Amino acid sequence: MNAALVISERDNVATALEPLEKGRMVTVRDKTVLVAEPIARGHKVALQAIRTGEAVIKYGSPIGNASRDIEPGAHVHTHNVASTRGRGDLAAREGVASGVNRTSAAERPTAEPAE
Amino acid sequence: MTSPSAFLGYARPDSRVGVRNHVLVVPTVICSAVVADRIAASIAPIGASLPHLAGCGQIGPDLNVTHDTLAAYCQHPNVGAVIVVALGCEQVVAQQLSDAARHAGKQAAIIAIQSEGGTLRATARGVEIARRMAETLARVERVWCRASSLILSVKCGGSDYTSGLASNPVVGRVADRVVDMGGAVVLGEIAEIMGAEHLLADRAASHEAATRLLRVVSRVEAEAIALGLDIRGTQPSPGNMRGGLTTIEEKSLGATHKAGERTRLEDVVAYSAPITSKGLTVMDTPGLDVESVTGMVGGGAQICVFTTGLGTPTGNPIAPVVKITGNSRTAHGMADNIDVDVSGVMSETESLDAAADRLLTEVLAVCSGRPTAAERLGHREFAIHRRNPTI
Repeated sequence: MNAALVISERDNVATALEPLEKGRMVTVRDKTVLVAEPIARGHKVALQAIRTGEAVIKYGSPIGNASRDIEPGAHVHTHNVASTRGRGDLAAREGVASGVNRTSAAERPTAEPAE
Repeated sequence: MTSPSAFLGYARPDSRVGVRNHVLVVPTVICSAVVADRIAASIAPIGASLPHLAGCGQIGPDLNVTHDTLAAYCQHPNVGAVIVVALGCEQVVAQQLSDAARHAGKQAAIIAIQSEGGTLRATARGVEIARRMAETLARVERVWCRASSLILSVKCGGSDYTSGLASNPVVGRVADRVVDMGGAVVLGEIAEIMGAEHLLADRAASHEAATRLLRVVSRVEAEAIALGLDIRGTQPSPGNMRGGLTTIEEKSLGATHKAGERTRLEDVVAYSAPITSKGLTVMDTPGLDVESVTGMVGGGAQICVFTTGLGTPTGNPIAPVVKITGNSRTAHGMADNIDVDVSGVMSETESLDAAADRLLTEVLAVCSGRPTAAERLGHREFAIHRRNPTI
């Protein structure tokens, strides 16, 4: 069993299948990273640098944006990733009219339905 | 290998197929819930009551949802006969519920606490009717039914990292096979589609189905935003986050696997509304497990497959709920709640397809009468979704 799992080739994070200790070298697919901090089972490790505002990709789709710079091997979780969906707290803080979806159509994953 | 494609079910007069044969005891209103519970308990386990908090003090859409959900259970193929327990002055109309049962070809009776002369008389009369109905239903035999008659509800709760990697993909493969056999699948929990709606919309059978899906997800997101709050307090839940899930998008992408890998989205329906399409239907339910299962069974699902990472006991009064986990610690630590352990997928000792074969066999065995963990433990949770205050 591998120590970590990547689901899609586009992913920039891997899921730890066992607790990963600091300093361990983890290889998933063709990428090897040095684990920078302890990562609990089921939590995510960065496979590459992800800059503030860039998308964190798992299952081949964005799961949120980096809220601070993330280095390869770092723990990726709520302290450095922010959801972009359903964030009424941001809407309230920014004075956006209630009920208005602040995520623009261009930013959202959209799909042209198959005809 | 050959997969089973039939089960022993109950062929109903309205041509629907049931997997259980309950005497359903329905309180029209919270005020008659205790009497209904006692009547159902007198013929356990065939008796099933629907304790709920509504039925009066409601206006508009909420009253309709309460009525429609109760009526849907009265017509449900897992129900053989119905006793409606009224108080006498409430809004939900007992006669309409018993008419719904009769239209589906079921025996139905009404007991009103006020006109019977109180709790004891109403309970005694209900127990007598319930015993007669139970004797009649006990003589109904199961017959071989095709899997094409199934509406499979898919659900996840108490998710962790194993849900998206193991149990949800296993359920998704079973969902695909049920659709291949001509059956239907229903997925609820719109908030947990948020972030993965593009995947389902890509698989829509029609432009209309895709548009309705995107519209309903936008509405739920707008509702969350309109509250001015951060939904991260509940989506993901604190337990989800401890389990490694970071955002609602991540949870949704893992959760949506359970609707299949290739089933086409055919329809989007309201809470508890009839599921009439083969293939995949999305139902507009909230993310709360019990409200979601309640609505999908109301829509006609005869069975629910429910994945869990952290473990959860949820059942339903009339539909078997099959629990699957990909977390080996939960499979052992909550063994009494778990029906199918697919943790071998995580340790790479079992393939997703092999686990799906095993789950499909279990689903059909449960449809033929094998009790689930939730049924053995008496888990019969029931909650009707409501949006507005009690007036």
